[in-house]
Amino acid sequence: MYKIASLFALAVLLAAQGASAQTLKTVKDRGALNCGANGTLAGFGLPDAQGAWTGLDVDFCRAVAAAIFDDPNKVKFVALTAKDRFTALQSGEVDVLARNTTWTSSRDTSLGLNFTGVNYYDGQGFLVRKSLKVNSALELNGASVCVQQGTTTELNLADYFRASKMTLKTVTFATANEAVKAYDAGRCDAYTTDASGLYSERLRLASAGDHIILPEIISKEPLGPAVRHGDDQWFDVVKWVHFAMVNAEELGITQKNVGEMLKSDNPEIKRLLGTEGAFGEQLGLTKDWVVRIVGKVGNYGEIFEKNVGQGSPMKIARGLNGLWNKGGLQYAPPVR
Amino acid sequence: MSSDSTPSGPARVAFYNDPKIRSIFYQLALLAAIAFLVYGAVSNAIENLARANIASGFGFWNNTAGFDISQTLISYSSQASTYGRAFWVGLLNTLLVAGLGIVFATILGFIVGLSRLSKNWLLSKVAGGFVETIRNLPLLLQLLFWYNAVLKALPDIRDSIVIPGGGMINNRGLFLPRPEFLYGFEMVLVALAVGVAGSIGFYIWARKRQERTGQQAPVAAVVLALVIGLPLAVLALKGFPLSFSYPQAGRFNIAGGVEILPEFAALLFGLSIYTAAFIAEVVRAGVLAVSHGQVEAAYSLGLQPRPTLRLIVVPQAMRVIIPPLTSQYLNLTKNSSLAVAIGYPDLVQVFTGTVLNQTGQAVEVVAITMLVYLVISLSTSLLMNIYNRRVALVER
Repeated sequence: MYKIASLFALAVLLAAQGASAQTLKTVKDRGALNCGANGTLAGFGLPDAQGAWTGLDVDFCRAVAAAIFDDPNKVKFVALTAKDRFTALQSGEVDVLARNTTWTSSRDTSLGLNFTGVNYYDGQGFLVRKSLKVNSALELNGASVCVQQGTTTELNLADYFRASKMTLKTVTFATANEAVKAYDAGRCDAYTTDASGLYSERLRLASAGDHIILPEIISKEPLGPAVRHGDDQWFDVVKWVHFAMVNAEELGITQKNVGEMLKSDNPEIKRLLGTEGAFGEQLGLTKDWVVRIVGKVGNYGEIFEKNVGQGSPMKIARGLNGLWNKGGLQYAPPVR
Repeated sequence: MSSDSTPSGPARVAFYNDPKIRSIFYQLALLAAIAFLVYGAVSNAIENLARANIASGFGFWNNTAGFDISQTLISYSSQASTYGRAFWVGLLNTLLVAGLGIVFATILGFIVGLSRLSKNWLLSKVAGGFVETIRNLPLLLQLLFWYNAVLKALPDIRDSIVIPGGGMINNRGLFLPRPEFLYGFEMVLVALAVGVAGSIGFYIWARKRQERTGQQAPVAAVVLALVIGLPLAVLALKGFPLSFSYPQAGRFNIAGGVEILPEFAALLFGLSIYTAAFIAEVVRAGVLAVSHGQVEAAYSLGLQPRPTLRLIVVPQAMRVIIPPLTSQYLNLTKNSSLAVAIGYPDLVQVFTGTVLNQTGQAVEVVAITMLVYLVISLSTSLLMNIYNRRVALVER
């Protein structure tokens, strides 16, 4: 139903008028950011028992809201399935899509999206039962694999089995929930999605200890937030919120010490925190935009550890998502 | 009377007051307004899609699909097949489940509907309970129930239940031996065709003779002999040119044989039962609509209860049953799109699901899908209308 509604919204919107090119102004006037999030993936986007949203992507949206409103709670989260997420963004139902979405060329071009960066470097893996005694994805010839529809995963899966000259039986479900449930019920031998998703979904299985994640990572899945094409100002805002969080981590600015850092003599810190220059205003935000982000939400390393790293049940290592000067890929252009 | 007065007809009025011209004018104006609205919407959509850099047009149809589909009635592979091919795969899957669903729902619906009218108290209460339960629960809920009930109840693939004759059943589906036709089997098909043609001929001849002389012929026995006996005889004569490929347990899955997916089974089951409950009510209403005097008249002519039902009640009831039955068929076809919830690859799941998402061309994909459902529904409706015209009361 939701999908039909959003498709209608898209059709009506496209037929009536172009999507507003002034997203930042629209968001400010509305008083809240509409954020398309994953509603079912622990660590990335999931409402808890009290209805409070948590996750890496959720915190990204909170950071955008903090930068604009100085209040990380001025976000309306919209839970989207993989299949409906692009339509929701295209139709203007959400202002930013932060839903563990892989950046690909066709999504950047023919879907009319702009990816603002990569907030999680991921790759696709396989979850299997220990009792199958499979140690490598290359032993999966002839297996049934449950997969979620409308994902790059669905395509990589077919590619990988073809390239490895193996056959497979794909069982496709509209949502990750249903795919995992079917896997748990024994409908499939393996469940495949991004490795981060596997760690998260494994925690929800009936007996998590009976399942292992195979060592092969069969694809590149750079996950990042996306906005609509055609609004460069909004694109810049969302892009630089991520860079600001990475730069803050690199410069050692944390949620705790951001107040003291305001007194720092380091010119890089001064520029980032807005005690020197007018970089926030240039974005259409305020001078203290990074103070708001880090003070209210945290730097990149903090939200990573809290949601998927050591502070979470998943305990995923930083790996590729470490800072560039610590062996990872997270690198942000300087603020100046 | 002066000579210039018009001899007959209504008084002449100005053309703009002529009701005929006025009505034509209003209709043209409405048509123009609709055409303008459609044109405006389409051109606006195209322009705005272009401005938002969203691809448009139908060029995606011939691009490689790149994803797999679990049930394909025509050959399909992720590397070689196009989005267009995926569309046909999805459409055929929809038609398969809708076609079989209509057959099963009709049979079950007639049985339940007639049972509800039965004089047997238990039978009629059971039928009534079935109708009231099934009709009043949402279909989506029922589909999820059947899917999960089917999956949970069946054993793991390594403990498959073996069906005598070489079949297997487990939580991956139902696996049956697949017949493979060897040289000489085409004669069996010829025999079958001859049998069917012969049966139709015999039926027509028997009916004509009965109309002429009142004598009845054993139609059922002759048809059975022609349609089943003749091909079997040819099969035996040719020395059974037929072999079976039996399902074999592989490391993960079962190879060989015919595979019936649990998703398909659950969807077919759910749709058939749900629609049967509605059809049962339609049938009951149709039978009750036949005046009781008709039955009494038949009995007074000495007809037995069964011929009364077959020759007097049902033909008249059909007139009432056909139109609402058509809407139930259409409902079933449209409801098959709920397949998306349980992972059956129907048109909506494959085309407006994966294809839409991979190409991002929501407007085109949704337009095509709507058109397809419209065509399916209108064709069903057309066939039923033709049938309806045949059974409808001919008034003289």
